[in-house]
Amino acid sequence: MDLDFGQILPNLSYILHGLLLNLEITATTVIFGIIWGTLLAIMRLSSFKVLRWFALGYVNIFRSIPLMMVLLWFYLLVPQLLQAFLDLPATTDTRFISALIAFALFEAAYYSEIIRAGIQSVSKGQISASLALGMTKGQALRMVVLPQAFRIMTPLLLTQGIILFQDTTLIYTLSLADFFYRAVNIVGNRDGLVTEMIIFTGAVYFVICFTVSRLVNYYKKRVTR
Amino acid sequence: MATSWNWGIFLQPTPFGDTTYLGWIWLGFEMTILLALSSGILAFLVGSFFGVLRTLPNRFLAFIGTCYVELFRNVPLIIHLFFWVYAMPMLVPESVRDWLYNDLDPMFFTFLMATIGLGLFTGARICEQVRTAIISIPAGQKNAAIALGLTLRQSYLYIILPNAYRRVLPPLTSEMLNMVKNSAVASTIGYIDLTKQASQLLEHAGRPYESFIAITIGYVIINIAIMLIMQFIEKRVRLPGTIGGKA
Repeated sequence: MDLDFGQILPNLSYILHGLLLNLEITATTVIFGIIWGTLLAIMRLSSFKVLRWFALGYVNIFRSIPLMMVLLWFYLLVPQLLQAFLDLPATTDTRFISALIAFALFEAAYYSEIIRAGIQSVSKGQISASLALGMTKGQALRMVVLPQAFRIMTPLLLTQGIILFQDTTLIYTLSLADFFYRAVNIVGNRDGLVTEMIIFTGAVYFVICFTVSRLVNYYKKRVTR
Repeated sequence: MATSWNWGIFLQPTPFGDTTYLGWIWLGFEMTILLALSSGILAFLVGSFFGVLRTLPNRFLAFIGTCYVELFRNVPLIIHLFFWVYAMPMLVPESVRDWLYNDLDPMFFTFLMATIGLGLFTGARICEQVRTAIISIPAGQKNAAIALGLTLRQSYLYIILPNAYRRVLPPLTSEMLNMVKNSAVASTIGYIDLTKQASQLLEHAGRPYESFIAITIGYVIINIAIMLIMQFIEKRVRLPGTIGGKA
């Protein structure tokens, strides 16, 4: 079969617009995931049993379920919760917000594990020194431990971001018009370009993720020097 | 939310296919395990092969290994699976395409492509772990082996790999767990696994919460089973004289 990649050009802007959806979800999830993930990590390390157990349960539950199932769960739960609390009409399209919430809560579990490891890698003497200087525990955490921990784990957080960016392709299953859905299901099916589109989307993902991961590696070398 | 539970739903007959809803879930459960086994074996073999390749002194062979890893780490799994099911058959000669589409049972075709896609995808991750483990073996061991007259092949087979594989086991466990979770993506190409059955039940059984809880428990059971099996293997291959637990 002859491949015809030229036919992609007229549809390029339409397809690439779908990428915005993926980037939107990625950006929101990274921000929310790091904030909620940090809180979870602090809970995991706190001296309160209840908080520790809550964080442990949260992280382990999300880490033992496939992302696809999490997306389905939230696809089911979010509309009902939104309707119950916000009194929305039953026809509102909640797929995007469902996906967003699912990704944010799911990724937070993974981020919290990275952040916990980061916090634990900071030497204990740092906390003792801060406390000896008269800081409270909260101050020591905020001003001494977390800045150092984040410096160590930034490359890991970014790498997780790349994985997450790839995972956002799964919103395809909710028929949301993301990059892959537009390329394969809409343009590909319409113009008989499915084969070309699969190769094209693969190539685009490869270029983006490969470039970013190289940049992360470069940054990592500079930080750990 | 859930008004009243109705767990009896699982024993009711399905609208088509002579079985109960529990039968559907069980089929998905078996299919998920089947896919995990087949792609797990493929991933282990391919990952080991390229992992060793990447550590060889030959720069060209190492480069091939690097290409493999980068290709599979930077493209989402769903695109890999779509490639094998929808694009690959278009790129092969017509006789092969004919065989794939017409001679093979469609269910088997999907299973085969899911195995290849998920296996190669997971293999890239295992490759990295094998490589890391090999690199972590002190260079003195290899040098000593070579000095004693072993060939490079022998030094890998008898000295480096037996130690490296013991170090690979813990990260291999988490990679196998990831693989089971990733196998859910195979439902997008029509493979009838647990996740596919979850959407089937969502559509037909009308008891979404019960169905999803059952499916989720199915995944948790598989995860726990893998953890136990890997723990058992780790114990069996532990070297006498090493401190148990932390490698």
